Amino acid sequence: MSDIILAGQDLDHDHDAHHEVVPDRGIARWLLTTNHKDIGTLYLWFSFIMLLIGGTMALVIRTELFEPGLQFIEPAFFNQMTTNHGLIMVFGAIMPAFVGLANWLVPMMVGAPDMALPRMNNLSFWILPLAFGLLISTLFMEGGGPNFGWTFYAPLSTTYAPDTVTYFILGIHMMGASSIMGSINIIATILNMRAPGMTLMKMPLFVWTWLITAYLLLAVMPVLAGLVTMMLFDIHFGTSFFNAAGGGDPVMFQHIFWFFGHPEVYIMILPAFGIISQIIPTFARKPLFGYDSMVYATASIAFLSFTVWAHHMFTVGMPLAGQLFFMYATLLIAVPTGVKVFNWVSTMWRGAMTFETPMLFAIAFVVLFTIGGFSGLMLAIAPADYQYHDTYFVVAHFHYVLVPGSLFSILAAVYYWLPKWCGRMYDESLGKLHFWLSFVGVNVTFFPQHFSGLAGMPRRIPDYALQFADFNMVSSIGAYVFGFSQLLFLYVVIKAIKSGEPATDRVWEGAHGLEWTLPSPAPYHTFTHPPRVTEIEAHS
Amino acid sequence: MRKPAADSTAISLQQRNGKTAWQLALIVVGMFGFGFALVPLYDLLCEVTGLGGRTGGAYAYDPATVQPDKSRLIQVNFTTNTNAGMPWEFWAEKGGVRVHPGELRQMNFFVRNTTDRRMIGQAVPSVVPPSAAQYFHKTECFCFEQQVLEPGELLEMPMRFIIAKELPKNVQTLSLSYELFDVTNFAARVSVAGSEGSE
Repeated sequence: MSDIILAGQDLDHDHDAHHEVVPDRGIARWLLTTNHKDIGTLYLWFSFIMLLIGGTMALVIRTELFEPGLQFIEPAFFNQMTTNHGLIMVFGAIMPAFVGLANWLVPMMVGAPDMALPRMNNLSFWILPLAFGLLISTLFMEGGGPNFGWTFYAPLSTTYAPDTVTYFILGIHMMGASSIMGSINIIATILNMRAPGMTLMKMPLFVWTWLITAYLLLAVMPVLAGLVTMMLFDIHFGTSFFNAAGGGDPVMFQHIFWFFGHPEVYIMILPAFGIISQIIPTFARKPLFGYDSMVYATASIAFLSFTVWAHHMFTVGMPLAGQLFFMYATLLIAVPTGVKVFNWVSTMWRGAMTFETPMLFAIAFVVLFTIGGFSGLMLAIAPADYQYHDTYFVVAHFHYVLVPGSLFSILAAVYYWLPKWCGRMYDESLGKLHFWLSFVGVNVTFFPQHFSGLAGMPRRIPDYALQFADFNMVSSIGAYVFGFSQLLFLYVVIKAIKSGEPATDRVWEGAHGLEWTLPSPAPYHTFTHPPRVTEIEAHS
Repeated sequence: MRKPAADSTAISLQQRNGKTAWQLALIVVGMFGFGFALVPLYDLLCEVTGLGGRTGGAYAYDPATVQPDKSRLIQVNFTTNTNAGMPWEFWAEKGGVRVHPGELRQMNFFVRNTTDRRMIGQAVPSVVPPSAAQYFHKTECFCFEQQVLEPGELLEMPMRFIIAKELPKNVQTLSLSYELFDVTNFAARVSVAGSEGSE
């Protein structure tokens, strides 16, 4: 109760101190805003638009693959679809959604009035629409857009690339700059702006996982920038970083790419771990089991992510010692990941559980992410990887960790915090319908891909041998169900914003954390005076 | 009264945030540099481990100091490939030879420009098994330079090599593969890294 009074006082101070700060009206408000909540909202809507665009590309792919043979699109365009689907989902949908959640939640969770560097925050968002506008515009240019896979291996992306590759390189630079600025902002906010009493080991796990993720981003996004710079030099300035004829080495491209790429895949899952660690305790009505071990497990995963990159390229020709090292290092990551899964299960153990939509998505995350983790372990086994490499088994694996993993965690987060953001509840039965459609759709889409992959179907092909026909048709039907059910999500969110039932301040009976001490909807300015961190609102 | 106090703390917080941002920017600059440092590091790793079957540049050899190891006979195979889009013919005099470690041998390779235009080719060598790559030395190789061929021209190219006596005992066969690239458009602007190899 005392914290509600505190929050009320805080609101009064807000009106005193800031009544001169009236947000601009109309478009200028969004272009010029430095408010972390506005910017969080922008990030989230942007990533949802990217989800729909990338999802449309996925449906184009699944439509072509519905039956064997070439029906609808040319192979060259198919390649552009797989490439841009990957790029847009990774850099445009998943990563900005997590940054948007960080913008909304990190200041409210640590009791800070805003992000540390609000103007840079504005810049890091507004670079993104430009970057993706540039990337998507290449699809309409002569010669077509990027068609070399989201991993853009040289020399496909250098010697044999379409002319638009230069726009692609510029786009990657801009996305990287955006991520780097976003990370600097998040780290500075967490390190410098926590309310008194909010020690590091009392921070909510979402904040912890983002702190570690931000450091990962700072470490690897510059390497990606260096890599695309080398590509640029090879293409336009006659260098031979990756050109074998000039003494370069295409395999080096893969090493550098995956030195970025493997930490990158953890960048896309660590914040998800944080979200799930917030949601499960709320609906199990128990504190998170093993808070400290969660923090250390996250840090271990981040550290190990730098030592496993070559498991993506076992088949390039590598000394036995190298294969063994990367195999064992990869298998080692299962240990901290297992710690997390067991902690979530232990949190639910004998909890007074209820199954609201965020909890349904969170439980589905635990189960389905674990399936994706296990197929990852299969791929990590170097001798077995020779069979799985570049097949649909790999596609099934990373879609299991990214769709019912990262994406489900984002959906769970939106359902969980939406009432705090807009002050209104979503429609619970529609939310549950959205969950079940998504859950069934995602499994029908991706589970058969394990089988077609093990049977030998290669990835990134527009046509396939007849024996894969049934699995592909099932997969395509699942994709339509999953894809169109995201429009239901859009409807649920808009309905909640427009006409949802008013939400209470606490929203969820079992929710703890500083953000729940604020009124719903959260005022434009919050915690302009640091809140008192009470025992009940602090984790651990 | 409270306002100035709040402002002064705000300024110090701003300074602290700025300082943190600059410190983190140093990580970014460092990692950008590290990305480029990976290139020489990778080269070094390849040279040490033979990763990618990379062989060194021209090898200085003084016949007086090296006695062939007559107790071992190593099978050396030669394969020649042309890269996609390279129309030249490219072959070796023989598919393979048997040599003693420490013995200098010569093998001739041939290229023919089958087109009706002047073209430039560049061969890139690689050795398997990779563990043998660093013991395979070339005193003379066409791969150290580019070949400029007039239409229809045939060129005989000698390659002289010596296998170091330190070659691991378990290696009885090694294969030297050449991949021939069309660098006609590319060669105008670049010097070739293969000729920069130092040894």
